[in-house]
Amino acid sequence: MLLIHCPYCDETLPEMEFAYAGEAHVARPVDPSRTTDEEWRDHLFVRSNTRGPHAERWRHVHGCARFFNAVRDTVTDRVLATYPAGSPRPDLPGKDTP
Amino acid sequence: MSRHRIPGRGRVDAGRPVQFTFDGRSYDGLQGDTLASALLSHGVHLMGRSFKYHRPRGPVTAGSEEPNALVGTSRGPGRTEPNTRATVQELRHGLVAESQNRWPTLSFDAGAVNDALSPLFSAGFYYKTFMWPRNFWDKVYEPVIRRAAGLGRAPTEEDPDIYASRYAHTDVLVVGAGPSGIAAALAAARAGASVTLADEGTEIGGSLLSDPGVEIDGSPAWDWLEDRAAELRDLGVTLLTRTTAIGYYHQNFLGLVERLTDHLDEIPHGAPRERMWRLRAARVVLAQGALERPLVFDGNDRPGVMLAGAAQTYLNRYGVAVGERAVVVTSHDSAYYAAFDLADAGIAVPAIIDTRAEIRPDLASEARLRAIEVLSGHTVTATSGRLCVASVTANPVTGGEVGEGRQLRCDCLLVSGGWTPSLHLFSHTKASLSWDAEAGTFLPDRSLEDLHLAGAGRGLWGYAASLSDGAEAGAAAAHALGHAAQATGLLVARDRIGTGITHGQLPTHRAPSRVRAFVDYQNDVTAKDIKLAVSEGMRSIEHVKRYTTTGMATDQGKLSNLNALAIAADALGTTPPQVGLTTFRPPYTPTTFATFAGYHRGAAFEVTRRTPIDGWAEENGAVWEPVGQWRRARHFPQGDEDMDAAVDRECRAVRAGVGIFDASTLGKIDVTGPDAATFMNRMYTNAWTKLAPGRCRYGLLLGEDGYVRDDGVVGRMAEDRFHVTTTTGGAARVLTMMEDYLQTEWPDLDVWLTSTTEHWAVVALNGPRARDVLAPLVEGLDISGEAFPMMSVAECTVAGFPARLFRLSFTGELGYEINVPARHGRALWEALMAAGADHGITPYGTEAMHVLRAEKGFIIVGQDTDGTVTPEDLGLGWTIGKTKEDFVGMRSLSRPDLVARGRKQFVGLLTADGAVRLEEGAQIVDDPDQPLPMRMIGHVTSSYNSAALGRSIALAVVENGRERMGETVHIPMPEGNVEATIAPGVFYDPDGGRAKL
Repeated sequence: MLLIHCPYCDETLPEMEFAYAGEAHVARPVDPSRTTDEEWRDHLFVRSNTRGPHAERWRHVHGCARFFNAVRDTVTDRVLATYPAGSPRPDLPGKDTP
Repeated sequence: MSRHRIPGRGRVDAGRPVQFTFDGRSYDGLQGDTLASALLSHGVHLMGRSFKYHRPRGPVTAGSEEPNALVGTSRGPGRTEPNTRATVQELRHGLVAESQNRWPTLSFDAGAVNDALSPLFSAGFYYKTFMWPRNFWDKVYEPVIRRAAGLGRAPTEEDPDIYASRYAHTDVLVVGAGPSGIAAALAAARAGASVTLADEGTEIGGSLLSDPGVEIDGSPAWDWLEDRAAELRDLGVTLLTRTTAIGYYHQNFLGLVERLTDHLDEIPHGAPRERMWRLRAARVVLAQGALERPLVFDGNDRPGVMLAGAAQTYLNRYGVAVGERAVVVTSHDSAYYAAFDLADAGIAVPAIIDTRAEIRPDLASEARLRAIEVLSGHTVTATSGRLCVASVTANPVTGGEVGEGRQLRCDCLLVSGGWTPSLHLFSHTKASLSWDAEAGTFLPDRSLEDLHLAGAGRGLWGYAASLSDGAEAGAAAAHALGHAAQATGLLVARDRIGTGITHGQLPTHRAPSRVRAFVDYQNDVTAKDIKLAVSEGMRSIEHVKRYTTTGMATDQGKLSNLNALAIAADALGTTPPQVGLTTFRPPYTPTTFATFAGYHRGAAFEVTRRTPIDGWAEENGAVWEPVGQWRRARHFPQGDEDMDAAVDRECRAVRAGVGIFDASTLGKIDVTGPDAATFMNRMYTNAWTKLAPGRCRYGLLLGEDGYVRDDGVVGRMAEDRFHVTTTTGGAARVLTMMEDYLQTEWPDLDVWLTSTTEHWAVVALNGPRARDVLAPLVEGLDISGEAFPMMSVAECTVAGFPARLFRLSFTGELGYEINVPARHGRALWEALMAAGADHGITPYGTEAMHVLRAEKGFIIVGQDTDGTVTPEDLGLGWTIGKTKEDFVGMRSLSRPDLVARGRKQFVGLLTADGAVRLEEGAQIVDDPDQPLPMRMIGHVTSSYNSAALGRSIALAVVENGRERMGETVHIPMPEGNVEATIAPGVFYDPDGGRAKL
């Protein structure tokens, strides 16, 4: 069971308090009606499927109930960093995306 | 005293005999025995039959890795366990043990005919044989062959025992309480760390319990152990014996199973049988030791053939001689010490057969002292004996040539093929291993976890090395946690150091077809099977494993994996790491299901949510159905009514008079704030801006993909407050979705979301007399048809309780939903029942509710929709706000595939024969005579008997269904084809006048 740091509660807690919520930094277009069918398809369905550090959303559903972002290495299954929703992805030294 | 017990030896208590039975026969053993050691003390080696060939088998180990000595144990009703390892089961008074997989008796087993037929059962037997004819599957293969090949039978009674569960944290967890584990725990605890020390055995000590001759710091090993156990206790170390670390999960989270009562004569009242520890450790020290590896030669599976280390354990720990005349065959020095201990205890040891040409001089001279002949550079090519080994044939090997054999008489054959470090838990962490060609085994490489390895578990050998390695690991763990720690060295006298080599199959001069050299004892996999798998094209050990089933038995290849790998590598002419190693997965040893379940059994298996009116329904004979985690009243049968009769009566009462329904489980979300209307506009398809306070509207929620996710009536309580209802099962999902958008897409909106599902009890009144029942109880509101029309909502007082009153209808009749604070729910229900008594008020359940709504063609999300259905598919395009520029899912509604022709549309279906009720989920076709596979054009989503219409009705999704009104379609069923006509989905009161009364 992973240990995950909630950036709002500032506590490291067991995975069972959290729920996964998909890839992070996939912003909904401001005006979806102006997107082409291809752009909208990509927004809905196309994800990076990263091998290595992956920015993803989690929700502290059995705690503060807030959504936040995490960088998790999909090879080692380690959470490398967590940060509030809306913040940019942090630079992690030595953890380049392959 | 039993024949093979050596007085004064071992850790058993000679003053405390223990009676037990095996296959109906009474035996005595001693307190401290295992079932295996007690049987061996009576000369009983034969304890089981093998899985496939029914070959007679005895124990080869003295530990949890045992593949052969599996028995059924029992202690009364429900307390039976199949496949108990006799080498682990501690003796207790009245223990009843039975052998398995034999008929009629263990010594004469008719199934052993399989052994004579073994050429038929070669590797891949299942894949090659169970192909044809097709009906043989049911009649022959499954019932006969599956039963002939087998282990114990699973018990059928409910398990009466309690299984406990506990979460814990510790600074340092040490797994394995052998010498290195004890040294690690001491070093960490002395430095001030909190330490948990777990071991699967009954007491700490590990290999030292089988090596009493060793001296540590000037004390005999067992005295040293006793002192260290006391010191560990004084240091506050949590000592968990009879506790197996079964799995090593992320970030030093381990599962440990503690066995609490299986060894006790009587189970203390209320005592749990086992306890699952879920333990998080800051640092972990793995000191699991090593497992002895068998040698692979013809006839290596006869009872009496046993690992040398096991024989040493039976002798030194249990005071049991495993035979009277022991021959040893080995490729490792450790077996010499076992031979010396047996010889010193008076057991005849005529010879040690060593596969190595060079023997360590001190071992050779010790052997000479005991008149043990050492046959160096020899192989073993055969054994004899039916139910117990009687002889072994040793042959010299010179220049790769196997010479003439010599038969040596014996009644036990002690085998050692070297030692395999136990890397199971280490491997659970997705750690990497490295191949040590010299040792012929895998060693630990790297892991991401905060762990240390110590002792034989990382390939070290000898007590001095293991003790100092353990101390260093313990000190390093404590140091990593900020403690000043040091590893103190220990002086070891009479240490038992050694090295060895490893083999695949031992060389033989005999024809391969005549050699039965077993690799996996339990699954009856021979060296020949593995070579056959390779010759038939298997290249990876993963394929060899699945093809031959090697390593797939209950011991999970603890003894067999490396031998199988070496044989496969030899056959392929390559090295073991190139063939690969199968993945170790939890649990380390077989674990009862009940231990995983813990307290989550019976009523505690899952949460059951109950409404405030649940008690009334129970008292009035409700039949329940689970919905989400709720239990809801499905119907209220009267007298001897069946469900159909009860539902018909309930439906008629609603249509003709008035029915009352507990709708408390509806999901409810309070959407409040200055931007509440904006938020609702963005979430739901509907337009909310112009909905006046005091009015409500049917709301439809889509996913961003344009498919219907949920629906429900939404009431506007004030400019800045919406009372949103959701489906019963969708409440949490909808709130999560709303929170997601609010928090991450539109954090600028000033809106608060509050789940109020359990805040309100909801009672629905439906039927032409609903207002007659309700009106006298309402204060502060005129609920006449003109003043409080359809789709109104208001706050008022009902039966003296503050209420939110909705006028809406999910049945097509005049209807109200009365929300009161949950604590008043039952009182409101009873007040309405009393007020309605003169009107014939009838409680109805979810089934009648479903029928009534289906008569009106109202959808149930999740039943009539399946996650691929758009509003237009449902004929609910009218819910979409025409002037809206965006809402969740809007963009997707113009995706090409969502506007294409040929989509399945929601329609009604009427069977040609109204007495026939369609099956929900049944597929619909145009032409029932077309060849298979037929083209399916839709399926039935809802189907009921309608009391109002006096016939069956159904709802369905059908390709272009709305254009096909009146056309005939077919529903092929196993009983025959059913013909139906496509009809509008609204079967009853299509103008909707009844709801507007």
